Amino acid sequence: MADAVKERTRPPRRRRGGSTPRSLPYLLLAPAGLLMLGFIAYPMLSVLYYSLQDYNVTKPWRNGFAGLDNFRQILTDDPFFWDTLAFSARWVVVEVGLQLIFGLILALLINQTFIGRGLARALVFSPWAVSGVLTSTIWLLIYNPSTGVSRYLADAGIGEYGTSVLADTGTVFWGAVLAELWRGVPFFAILILADLQSVSKDLYEAASVDGAGRLRQFWHITLPHLKDAIVLSTLLRAVWEFNNVDLLYTLTNGGPAGVTTTLPLYVAQTGIEGNEFGYAAALTTVAFVILLFCSILYLRLSKFGGDDK
Amino acid sequence: MTTLALPRRAPRPGRSHDQPPRWQIYLPLGLYLLFTLIPFYWMLLFAFREPGSDSLVPWPITGQHFEKVWTERSFDTYFVNSLYVGIASMLMTMLVALTGGYALARFRFKLRMPFMLALLTSQFIPGALMLVPLFEIFRELRMLNSLWSVIIAETVFQLPLSMILISGFIRNVPVSLEEQAWVDGCSRLRAFLAIVLPLLRPGLIAVGSFAFVHSWNHFLFALMFLNAQDKQTIPVGLNTLIGSDSVDLGALAAGGVVAAVPVVIVFAFIQKWLITGFSAGAVKG
Repeated sequence: MADAVKERTRPPRRRRGGSTPRSLPYLLLAPAGLLMLGFIAYPMLSVLYYSLQDYNVTKPWRNGFAGLDNFRQILTDDPFFWDTLAFSARWVVVEVGLQLIFGLILALLINQTFIGRGLARALVFSPWAVSGVLTSTIWLLIYNPSTGVSRYLADAGIGEYGTSVLADTGTVFWGAVLAELWRGVPFFAILILADLQSVSKDLYEAASVDGAGRLRQFWHITLPHLKDAIVLSTLLRAVWEFNNVDLLYTLTNGGPAGVTTTLPLYVAQTGIEGNEFGYAAALTTVAFVILLFCSILYLRLSKFGGDDK
Repeated sequence: MTTLALPRRAPRPGRSHDQPPRWQIYLPLGLYLLFTLIPFYWMLLFAFREPGSDSLVPWPITGQHFEKVWTERSFDTYFVNSLYVGIASMLMTMLVALTGGYALARFRFKLRMPFMLALLTSQFIPGALMLVPLFEIFRELRMLNSLWSVIIAETVFQLPLSMILISGFIRNVPVSLEEQAWVDGCSRLRAFLAIVLPLLRPGLIAVGSFAFVHSWNHFLFALMFLNAQDKQTIPVGLNTLIGSDSVDLGALAAGGVVAAVPVVIVFAFIQKWLITGFSAGAVKG
């Protein structure tokens, strides 16, 4: 009896009667563990290995140990690397920032009670389910200079005929940003809405009894409540936006003149099209280190999970 | 009777008195809806409009672009392949994440924290940057041009987040429920299937649909690992349409519609669960 009471007060370590062997958790984790060892850990190690090699399938006579040459070349002798890094940073900051702002506004709006809310939710969230390639498809149709939106605008006297947003180095950035924003905002809206629903209604009641307006309620109740969710979702999204190449690969393929090439896109082009596996592996390593460093810094600065709700 | 005594500005039922005026909801929401829907409309317009027409309504309506992508551009094959990849990786992700998530939620063991840490760290590993080593692995395994290379890769990259979410859901189910079943003589497996699993439904639907949509949409793995024409998936097919010398916009739009239909159906079905699923998973722990 005493045993049973004790067991209920803490997580059960094992079942009574000893029919749960100690190895059970390991057995349960084995499939996941093996998959991740084989297809994440091992490739990671092989990236590290290749990063120290000169490795190009099309030029086998050059292959061999290169030491830190690849890294030296990246850091001191590859201006395009710095260009892509700068573009990646700008891309991630602008995208995540705008997605967060619009996602937050959208979640707040859609959390209100009004007629047609269910339908509005479904419609507003729908681009979430759309892929990068499909987003590119849609926005290529929109940006198309001869039959796209700009043509109809020109018919109406706005802008010029033949405007090609994606071919102009001045407009391509915002063209791509808009396309990615279109499918990225729902991600934040969904996560923030989920978290909004756990805010206690009593807090708002109390605040409004005390005479706090809606803006102050938002600032002092809603935002602090959402903080952890915002920190975590911005981090996940930033990593995702940094790594994801689907959209830019198909929409602009890094162009025109390489101005929309992110670091991962550069890696993909170096590795896949250029066959420079060794150099691509070194770039991968550098990207991973930068990403991990920035993530840790971000979690530190935002004091994630610091104060309990 | 009491309602009569209230002042003129009596709140409508179901609205809290702190709600903003209606136009402050409808106006911004309406604008945002336009931003969301016009691109979809634009795609439908091109997909259903007769070639050469520049009308802003798809009338007279035509199905010829669909016929073209479906038969000439082999979207029929791509569709089946994508469906196969999507469903298989969804099932695999859910099964593996469920067993692993249960272990993480219900047991204390030495490797628990290191494993959790590995799951979190793996979130920072870009799938795109792993293409080359993964390509070599699948070549060694002689799995290139097999849909299973893509299924495994998709599963692996979705596992960490799915497992973290599912173990969170399981932790939200009180252990005492399971313990009662054990006392009643149920095995651990039966107790899990009969008691825990039904309670996990919203979470599992969210995670599963996430997995399906992801692998249906994912592009780079399929592009790299599948070269044979009859093994390609819809995103790769779309990319081929985008890249062809004289882009046939009607066919491209029709291909886009084919790519969108399944995810939109899944989405319409799960959108309610998505919010509840995430609110359950968002609970700290």
